[in-house]
Amino acid sequence: MKYTFKGGLHPSDGKEATENKSIITLAAPEEMVYPMVQHIGAPCTPCVAVGDTVTVGQKIGDSDSFVSAPVHSTVSGTVKAVEPRRHPNGRMVESIVVENDGLYTLHPDIHPYADTDKLTREEKISLVREAGVVGMGGACFPTFIKLNPPADKKIDVCIVNGAECEPYLTSDHRVMIESPVPVFEGLKIIMEILGVDKGYIGIEENKPEAIKTMRSLEKDYEGISVKVLKTKYPQGSEKHLIKALTGKEVPSGKLPADVGVVVNNVDTCTSVYNAVTRHQPLLSRIVTVSGSGINKPSNFRVPIGTPFEYVIQAAGGIKDETRKVVMGGPMMGVAQFDLSVPVVKGTSGILALTDRELKFKNTTPCIRCGKCVQRCPMNLMPLYLNAYAAAKDMAKCIEYNIMDCIECGICSYTCQSEQHPTQNIKLMKAQIAAARKQVK
Amino acid sequence: MTDKKFIVSYAPHIRSNDSIASTMLDVIIALIPALAGGVFFFGLRALTVCLITVASCVVSEFIWDKATGKENTIGDLSAVVTGILLSFCLPPAIPYYMAVVGGVFAIIVAKMFFGGIGQNFVNPALAARGFLLASWPVAMTRFTAPMTRLSVFLSNADAVSTATPLAVIKGGEEAIASGYKEMFFGNIPGCIGEVSALLILIGGIYLIARKVIRPIIPLTYIITVGLFGYLFDGGFMQGDFLYHILGGGVFLAGFFMATDYVTSPTTGKGEFVYALGAGIITGVIRIFGGYPEGVTYAILIMNIVTPIIDKYIRPRVFGTGRSVA
Repeated sequence: MKYTFKGGLHPSDGKEATENKSIITLAAPEEMVYPMVQHIGAPCTPCVAVGDTVTVGQKIGDSDSFVSAPVHSTVSGTVKAVEPRRHPNGRMVESIVVENDGLYTLHPDIHPYADTDKLTREEKISLVREAGVVGMGGACFPTFIKLNPPADKKIDVCIVNGAECEPYLTSDHRVMIESPVPVFEGLKIIMEILGVDKGYIGIEENKPEAIKTMRSLEKDYEGISVKVLKTKYPQGSEKHLIKALTGKEVPSGKLPADVGVVVNNVDTCTSVYNAVTRHQPLLSRIVTVSGSGINKPSNFRVPIGTPFEYVIQAAGGIKDETRKVVMGGPMMGVAQFDLSVPVVKGTSGILALTDRELKFKNTTPCIRCGKCVQRCPMNLMPLYLNAYAAAKDMAKCIEYNIMDCIECGICSYTCQSEQHPTQNIKLMKAQIAAARKQVK
Repeated sequence: MTDKKFIVSYAPHIRSNDSIASTMLDVIIALIPALAGGVFFFGLRALTVCLITVASCVVSEFIWDKATGKENTIGDLSAVVTGILLSFCLPPAIPYYMAVVGGVFAIIVAKMFFGGIGQNFVNPALAARGFLLASWPVAMTRFTAPMTRLSVFLSNADAVSTATPLAVIKGGEEAIASGYKEMFFGNIPGCIGEVSALLILIGGIYLIARKVIRPIIPLTYIITVGLFGYLFDGGFMQGDFLYHILGGGVFLAGFFMATDYVTSPTTGKGEFVYALGAGIITGVIRIFGGYPEGVTYAILIMNIVTPIIDKYIRPRVFGTGRSVA
């Protein structure tokens, strides 16, 4: 049986361009940029100054706030600048610029530790925090917080999100095929930390090779089972993955821990494994470089801090007709102004899109076809939210549960009147959040 | 390469290929079998009426757009669909000028007066039929026997008048009731596109397969009309289920009129309530009212109720209500 949820759709996924491309490890270029914001939560403060020498894996930014994750250098070299630089989220963010000396001198703390089993739960959580591990599916929530839920919340199942429902992206897919053991080991560590004996690895059925590989390891890990999910966007949405695999709905405004579930991305498990067994920080991640504007679509292991331009060049460069460059998937990714921005912890993909995908069309009036209502995975009524958001009617938007929107993009994708409900809803949500902050 | 600037906007960055025109084209394709049936049973005059209403609708929209300085919208093909649907609910022998008036009314009064596509509060084709029915009741109810094959240049007086199956059970007409088989295949007097349940069904299944419509509205509507007829026509539980669903425009209305996006609810539950209401009103008009046929007004009434249905019947938002203990 295949697990799924109500609503959603399957967009043409473009995964064929890279799903069979093995991961190629990229070397770091001469200049690396480390933004102090690569996670949800408080920004880090630089703990190195211009002129300092840094090593691979050295912590260069941290914060005293609870919800935060430290940032590390991924090369050895000299700090060239500490200044605001363009972040892939579009803003100017305080960043540390490091000149790579090409020696890759490793920080002395990073090496395999044999006594992992003797570590206490707290020590493991602390290692995960110090390694700067965040959710690598794109949301970038600090992982150590997920591993340390409030005492009144009993966790009974850990889920690994291998759905990868965004079109084009194949990074998780390749990880599961090429290095499945760290994923299992990472999940095992997470289950131990949380005191949970049940683990699910959810994979969409359009990745048969990943399912086969993961299934072959299943028997070595007690309590962990691989679950096949129906291929449907947004199956990788945390709430919908939980719904599909456990039947539970995360209540509006609550977290997965409230229904006893913790969800982590495939590559996050690998990072947890590296953090606990080798004290290795999050140094690199898998990035799918694809889209019709890319000359040689590829999957790369990219050191965090590498500018997009360098990564794109490694994929044969972009075609002249490229009109948009997106970080992440085409449904939820962030459009980029230029290619100077660095790969951050949440960069699951870099897509160069041309008119073939973008299909710019004139907006026409809504004809109330109701497709957005039928396909909204949150069961909202996007056509009304769209109208009320455009009319700036905050009260009506709240009445129509605008804050439950997960911004998956289905309503805009599916709209035959070429309206932009997702975009209007996002704007309105930001305005409501700002207004609420002001009241507080 | 760094100098190259890109377009920046919110996600999603991709869109489906669906457009209003592609949807309307699907509807037009789905209407072709029934149109062919109309021509087969009533001759080329049926096709001429259809072409006239389509032309009338498209030209009306074109002129309105021009006169009001709006962008030309005839390319979305919705006026073509309105034109075809209007001809489907006209008798084959209708004078041509009435067909022209119907098209003008459908587009100008029912659609453009309210703001054009997406803004009309009633189905334009049915509004026009309602208007014609009130204006020229005799011409609108003078039906031709099937297989009469009217010629294109038929003068009005040549039309052979006969009664529809519904008029027969209404009791006022002297004629022999048609059999189920004739009604299913369309070998009965009636409007151009409504006579053959089979041909409409073929188009309807095409629309469902193409995901243009969902089966909720047609199924609910057709079954409700049948049940209501069975329960109340000629005494409690004495009525004829099949006669009620095969007679008149029930199939045409269920698959093509009631499913009009603009004037029907957007939720599954809402669609059910809407179709149920339309079915009951159709039955009430047929059995207790003065007309033999109740489809037109039933759907027009439910069109008007649609905003209220959509306001009160909303889906249960994920993570709220019953499922969350």
